[in-house]
Amino acid sequence: MAKRAAPEVNAGSMADIAFLLLIFFLVTTTIETDSGLNRKLPPMEDQVDPPIIREKNIFTVVVNKNNQLLVEEKLTDVAELRQLAIDFLDNGGGVGEEACDYCQGARDEASSDNPDKAIISLKNDRETSYKVYIAVQNELVAAYNDLRNREFLRLYPNVGLNFVDAEKKYDDPRTSAEVAEDLKPKLDVVKKMYPQKLSEAEPNKTS
Amino acid sequence: MSKFKKKKGGDLPAISTASLPDIVFMLLFFFMVATVMRDSTLMVANKLPAADQIQKLDKKDRVMYIYAGKPSSRYEDKYGKSAKIQLNDKFASVGEVGAFILAERAAKRQELQNVLTTALKVDSETKMGLVQDIKQELRKVSALKINYTTRVGDYSQNIN
Repeated sequence: MAKRAAPEVNAGSMADIAFLLLIFFLVTTTIETDSGLNRKLPPMEDQVDPPIIREKNIFTVVVNKNNQLLVEEKLTDVAELRQLAIDFLDNGGGVGEEACDYCQGARDEASSDNPDKAIISLKNDRETSYKVYIAVQNELVAAYNDLRNREFLRLYPNVGLNFVDAEKKYDDPRTSAEVAEDLKPKLDVVKKMYPQKLSEAEPNKTS
Repeated sequence: MSKFKKKKGGDLPAISTASLPDIVFMLLFFFMVATVMRDSTLMVANKLPAADQIQKLDKKDRVMYIYAGKPSSRYEDKYGKSAKIQLNDKFASVGEVGAFILAERAAKRQELQNVLTTALKVDSETKMGLVQDIKQELRKVSALKINYTTRVGDYSQNIN
């Protein structure tokens, strides 16, 4: 029997099939990554003897059930919170061992000794709105970031980045290992200068 | 002279579309690789609050998601209007959060179990009481790294 040539398969509809699949994946794709405020919760077990903290080293921020902001027991607008927090953290009122040589604040006796001692205590009510709480958190983190940016630029002007950008670069998986290795100690130094001591107290029960 | 003779006829040759499937396949593969299918359908309202001091939440395999908010209109008559927690595909009570976290943690690879982050995707209209309850539950199972997922924007959008 004579050898028959295999009939050619018509591939004209290939493009249509591929387009169909393409459109399906286009529709289901979500490329964006989430972002938000990273926080750390305090561990559950109670400390046996809580360290004694002087009243002047605590910066109390309260958001009450009417979403009003009370900073150090005074009614305040959220727009002012960042500067108030910076003034408190950067005060550097300590003397001797507790002195802070890089602080540029007012060195007020009645405010914090140094950034390491300074604690921001954030309290909220059960009826507080989540979005207001996030706004307050955002401003407090901003206060720390502003101070860290300032010190990072002062100490490492050669890096050409501020603290936030440097940290972003460090966290980016595309950054090469050497660059990350170089950034890490610098970031740690600045983090240690202004440690984020932001305590989220347990809420007061509404009666 | 005949070298420069005009090519006869003005009809354009048809463009070959033979490479079209190849191009489309290339695109197709790109999207297939880049796709992350939505693993759970949202059953709660989820308008996130705005913030600008944010950090990216890379590495999706290290993240556990907890949603909270008012049930969306489809579920309103069944579950009421007060804010609820959604874990995976169903509504849950506060007490189930701990078990959920432990189950999620056990399902992850060994080396990732200590670096997990819990992303709280909470609707901006929620009261802090619910969030506080979730946080207490997370503390009980020592899932201490959390992320308040937000969208990018100025804080003033939250206050009105």
